[in-house]
Amino acid sequence: MSRGTVADTSVEALVKREYQAGFVTDIESDTLPPGLDESVIRFISQKKHEPEWLTDWRLEAYRRWLDMPHPRWAHVDFPDIDFQAISYYSAPRSSGDGPKSLDEVDPELLRTYEKLGIPLHEQEVLAGVVKDRAPGDAAGIIAGDGSAGGDRALESAPTGEAAEDAGAEGRSPNVAVDAVFDSVSIATTFKDKLRDAGVIFCSISEAVQEHPELVRQYLGSVVPAGDNFFAALNSAVYSDGSFVYVPEGVRCPMELSTYFRINAQNTGQFERTLIIAEKGAYVSYLEGCTAPMRDENQLHAAVVELIAHEDAEIKYSTVQNWYPGDAEGRGGIYNFVTKRGACLGDRAKISWTQVETGSAITWKYPSVVLRGNDSIGEFYSVALTNNRQQADTGTKMIHLGRNTRSTIISKGISAGRSNNSYRGLVRTTPTAHGARNYTQCDSLLIGTECGAHTFPYIENRCATATIEHEATTSKVSDEQLFLCQQRGIDPEKAVSMIVNGFCKEVFRELPMEFAVEAGKLLEVSLEGSVG
Amino acid sequence: MKIIEINNLHVNVEGKPILRGVNLGIAPGEVHAIMGPNGSGKSTLANVLAGRPGYEIVDGELVFLGQDVAAMEPEERAQSGLFLAFQYPVEIPGVSNMEFLKGALDSLRAAREEPPLSTVEFMKRVRALAARLDLNPEFLKRGVNEGFSGGEKKRNEILQMLLLEPRLAVLDETDSGLDIDALQVVARGVNDYRDGLTAAGEMLDPGQVERAVLLITHYQRLLDHIVPDFVHVLTGGRIVESGDRTLALKLEEQGYAWLAS
Repeated sequence: MSRGTVADTSVEALVKREYQAGFVTDIESDTLPPGLDESVIRFISQKKHEPEWLTDWRLEAYRRWLDMPHPRWAHVDFPDIDFQAISYYSAPRSSGDGPKSLDEVDPELLRTYEKLGIPLHEQEVLAGVVKDRAPGDAAGIIAGDGSAGGDRALESAPTGEAAEDAGAEGRSPNVAVDAVFDSVSIATTFKDKLRDAGVIFCSISEAVQEHPELVRQYLGSVVPAGDNFFAALNSAVYSDGSFVYVPEGVRCPMELSTYFRINAQNTGQFERTLIIAEKGAYVSYLEGCTAPMRDENQLHAAVVELIAHEDAEIKYSTVQNWYPGDAEGRGGIYNFVTKRGACLGDRAKISWTQVETGSAITWKYPSVVLRGNDSIGEFYSVALTNNRQQADTGTKMIHLGRNTRSTIISKGISAGRSNNSYRGLVRTTPTAHGARNYTQCDSLLIGTECGAHTFPYIENRCATATIEHEATTSKVSDEQLFLCQQRGIDPEKAVSMIVNGFCKEVFRELPMEFAVEAGKLLEVSLEGSVG
Repeated sequence: MKIIEINNLHVNVEGKPILRGVNLGIAPGEVHAIMGPNGSGKSTLANVLAGRPGYEIVDGELVFLGQDVAAMEPEERAQSGLFLAFQYPVEIPGVSNMEFLKGALDSLRAAREEPPLSTVEFMKRVRALAARLDLNPEFLKRGVNEGFSGGEKKRNEILQMLLLEPRLAVLDETDSGLDIDALQVVARGVNDYRDGLTAAGEMLDPGQVERAVLLITHYQRLLDHIVPDFVHVLTGGRIVESGDRTLALKLEEQGYAWLAS
């Protein structure tokens, strides 16, 4: 177009993107030199004062890992990882043997969490709740500009008992936060309140010291040490993570939350999370992740195990925003994660909800083993890839018990030159009489250079099972964009509105404060996806 | 000042000349109708006014409210008060009409440096307009145009026009595919707009209405319900004849063949 030119606002031209959590925190840290052998594992284990059985368990995992080939079946492409170039332990120096209170934590670190909007101070959280929660409204803590739950709360924090009481009386689910910085758990808030309810929420290192019998009973019971390449590596070198135990009949009085952050250079993060819900217990757990911008790739290989006994329910939500790399695909996190839950008892329920917008490569299949009769597994996923990102994600639903039910809702959004794959397995065994699965798998394409792929695997060995699979692929069309623009809405807002609409079924499964954050995150991640 | 002045407008689509020197001026309060055979460039005119990508202005001027808008983005034109009612309103699954309308109104108000309407006031306005246009208020919860009948889509366009209160409303074959009842509802909406109905449900004083309408239509029957001040015939990319509404009646009787193209 010559003089009457309207810039090309068609859904082409995907370029820049700003990663807002990409700052580096300048703190002193104790970091092990790169390299992996048995002495590194012994070092980690010793540093954490672990009992001998755990050291042996790590070493056994390491020996099995040595014999395993690097998996190559996922629809992702990356150079071989040099596992000897990674440091397997990095701890902020000031923590020493672990901080006893927030006062002992490096102030620089606390500022990092403030930047991330993580409410570390209990009163800040409470103040946020009191201030923002309109009657009957579930929105709250992280609502607002998304960057500053903590900051804003800080400005308005009333002092002392008043805030405490107001928060306690509100019907709101407060959020207890465990923050993992590089390899070490920094602070766990709300401990007292949880202890009163009988809920254990602490770092897994602490659980090894305080509740060794529980850890020994359940660690590796859902994801065995030799389960797969990355799970074996994690079992050998995991540094920290969260531990949750909800006793029989207890409904956890607040949302539990962990924030993970990779800060140090050339470190891997190998966290280990273990959540146990006894008979009739309920817990909702949230996990959020960020990392600084770095040119090299960083490895994140976590293992999460969930155990739900009879009539128990675990709801696990993730908002993953690891650094995705730059527009040309330099840097970014390799997010190779094994997440699996076991519904051991009858009528148990495990629900995974994930919003995956970050990481250079995501390789992740949160799964449920439905062992108890009438148990329920759910997987709700939004995976967004932009620029050069690659995601291969989905779930496995393994039906063993009678009348077990599973639901899979997967929303993949591809923009830029990214590749986004859904990979899912639904398996029923001959014992799973009356099992039912419903899978819906939708892909949305933005632009013409991205890819969306679907790999559904169905293995049905039960004649009375019902398995449904629906899939759609659609595009954000130029017509839709133009309609929005003609009504005064700029193209980036329009795309974000359309994408949010596409993800609605998943967002409504998220706790409210996370749903708000997730919506904003999509908006940020899509920046530059329309030119 | 005219609402819009189109001077010697030449437009290409995919390198092919479609409009070849269109001249048209619309003053406040006026309703103009553009008629013409298929392929004469009617919809091109509507789209180029709104700034749809793919329509290349090769010559001429597009002056809206005294400002040359030819290089402006579609959303900037919308923000300065130009509205297009689409011939084929597109669906946006998952985005509710409520979110969409609020998003549009907030954007327009922000551009005018006005604060967003409260949700209560917004809902009040939308409900009243929906009732006026015989739209079930349940439609607000549904996706934008999702599963709407042809008539509902067109009424939804008129609702948006009344809610957003533009200065110029371009209606691109809004009458196509409407039965007679729906046509009357749509016509009533357009007449209300022309007469100064505000989104808050008030009528502006006649002297204060600074709005204009450009109707693009195939059929004279719409003009029985919305009486135009001027009728223009577009053929071969030019306006070849202009007159009052009797021109439309003549066209219906005699077709376009008598006009020199």
